[in-house]
Amino acid sequence: MERILFGDNQFFAVNHISDEKSRAQAIKFKDDHAIIRTLDYAIDAGINTFMCTTHDRISNICDFIRKNPARYEKFSIYPCMPYAHKYANAVTELGVVGALREYTPGNFFGSIFKGGVAYLAKDYLSIMELLVDAELKMFKGIRTPVIFLQNVITDLLLGLGMSDVLKAFHDYVIKKHNAEPGFITMNMPKLLTALNDAGIQNPIICASINKAGFRMSGGKEIYEETLRSKEVRVIAMQVLAGGSISAKEALEYVCSLPNIQSILFGASSQGNIQETASLIHHYDHALK
Amino acid sequence: MLKVALLGAGKMGISHLAILNAHPQVEVVGVCDTSKMTNEFLSKYGKFNCFTDHKVMINEVKPDAVVVAVPTKFHYTIIKDLLEKNIHVFAEKPFCLTADEGSELVKLAALKKLVNQVGYHNKFVGTFREMKKIVNSDALGDIYHFTGEAYGPVVVNKKQDTWRSDPSEGGGCLLDYASHVIDLINDILSPVAESKGSLLKSVYSKNVEDAVYSLLTLSSGVSGVLSVNWSDDTYRKMSTSVTVVGTKGKIISDANELKVYFKEKTPDSYSKGWNVKYVTDLTEEVDYYLRGEEYSAQMDYFARACLGKVPNSINTFESAWYTDRAISLIKKSSSL
Repeated sequence: MERILFGDNQFFAVNHISDEKSRAQAIKFKDDHAIIRTLDYAIDAGINTFMCTTHDRISNICDFIRKNPARYEKFSIYPCMPYAHKYANAVTELGVVGALREYTPGNFFGSIFKGGVAYLAKDYLSIMELLVDAELKMFKGIRTPVIFLQNVITDLLLGLGMSDVLKAFHDYVIKKHNAEPGFITMNMPKLLTALNDAGIQNPIICASINKAGFRMSGGKEIYEETLRSKEVRVIAMQVLAGGSISAKEALEYVCSLPNIQSILFGASSQGNIQETASLIHHYDHALK
Repeated sequence: MLKVALLGAGKMGISHLAILNAHPQVEVVGVCDTSKMTNEFLSKYGKFNCFTDHKVMINEVKPDAVVVAVPTKFHYTIIKDLLEKNIHVFAEKPFCLTADEGSELVKLAALKKLVNQVGYHNKFVGTFREMKKIVNSDALGDIYHFTGEAYGPVVVNKKQDTWRSDPSEGGGCLLDYASHVIDLINDILSPVAESKGSLLKSVYSKNVEDAVYSLLTLSSGVSGVLSVNWSDDTYRKMSTSVTVVGTKGKIISDANELKVYFKEKTPDSYSKGWNVKYVTDLTEEVDYYLRGEEYSAQMDYFARACLGKVPNSINTFESAWYTDRAISLIKKSSSL
């Protein structure tokens, strides 16, 4: 994995501290070209990995990348699935069964759920596999070396004690898609223990890690201890804690931690992208 | 350990289940849902003890507390039965479909001295808690107006057909979205006492309202506006905000950001003019996070109240009853 990964929150009006900024972003990135221009700024700053949700609009971006192979020769995408609001809205609208029917291809769902009960318990995992395939369709022909499960699903399964399902996702991504599985979480120490117990060693985990301790469940100290003592490949996200600490202070902290393989950040302007990338390089060098 | 059972494993129920299951002082002793598929999945992969009949579950697993996350129309009968069996209750919002039903349950819970809480999670959001603190200090001077708003993309086309589109089951924007805003206004200012006039508009739904616009007067005499629309897809997800205007200042808060203007004197850590605080500065860390700190915080508060460690004073049945009452006042004023 590259040291710096570029995120997509800014493109889809995801802002953890301000609804106003979120609307401003929605306006700014109304056109797909604005997204592509910003991705190009990231490439110019030496960042060649884009970590993004499986939002419908990403499929347009994928089309553009496929049509311009020279420009995106070194470019990779780390898809993060599912785009949860799509399913949450579908569940609200159609119920759990209706939502599954909507998103599983063909009449597969109808055939295994006659009378509302799966014939085999294994069929639940088959549904998961079909959903993974469906979410990945848009990336056909683009390098996706790491495939992530979004935090809302990872953390839900973690809370429900369903490590077997996390393991099934892990195994399926390796077997079917020839990629490394990753897990996004707001509960890194707990998740790592659960994954280890399920037989997954040295997993890729993307978690909120920042000087403010924001969204570091159980406390910053447990996170720091986990980074020091456990075998895990970590991507730090929300390093700016939603903008509540200065970029310098925030990045110096993250760069000083052991075991952080990559830093994920998103920004809208060329200036901010370049500044963040050069600050990371600066602290990496200074703290070596 | 507190023995807790879940009734209703829908969208909110599953989320509560994960939070309860991760709580160190809670043992989940049973889950009840009418869907065989849900039960099969929960028992196979989550090792939960699942039931389809809640009475069978209660008799068998004997919980200390039950989380009720079934459609609102079943709340009254089920909660009454639980209270009579001396079981603490956490109920999803809204509380009941009529003010009379709710009033009976408020009295019964008090008589039985049982912990009672309703899932108005915004009360556990840092920005709204801070807003209440500021409003209750006299830094804003005489308060003369409020605006309560919520917008989001729940019903954005015409093909809906679930319990949310059925008014007799607790569907509709007033019971679902608007109840959150009303509950915040009741808590931050004072309970809604009168509705001067309301518009309940259907945008896409056939049988229920998708938007609520209302002029309200509170028991303190302060008046203001309620504006709620769940068919607004310019929002990515639900966005709730409250504005309070006084003679010496103004405060605007949503779940992420609090902006407050002081003309003269200010509380500690604020200065004259505009001040902005973010939820990141106002949020206490939780042990397990799913969808928002407030969901874990409210469940933790309920568990600790059942274990006698905190008073049962946030989101009580009584406070939720005031919200139910406001809902019926708004309904009544819209048909005049």
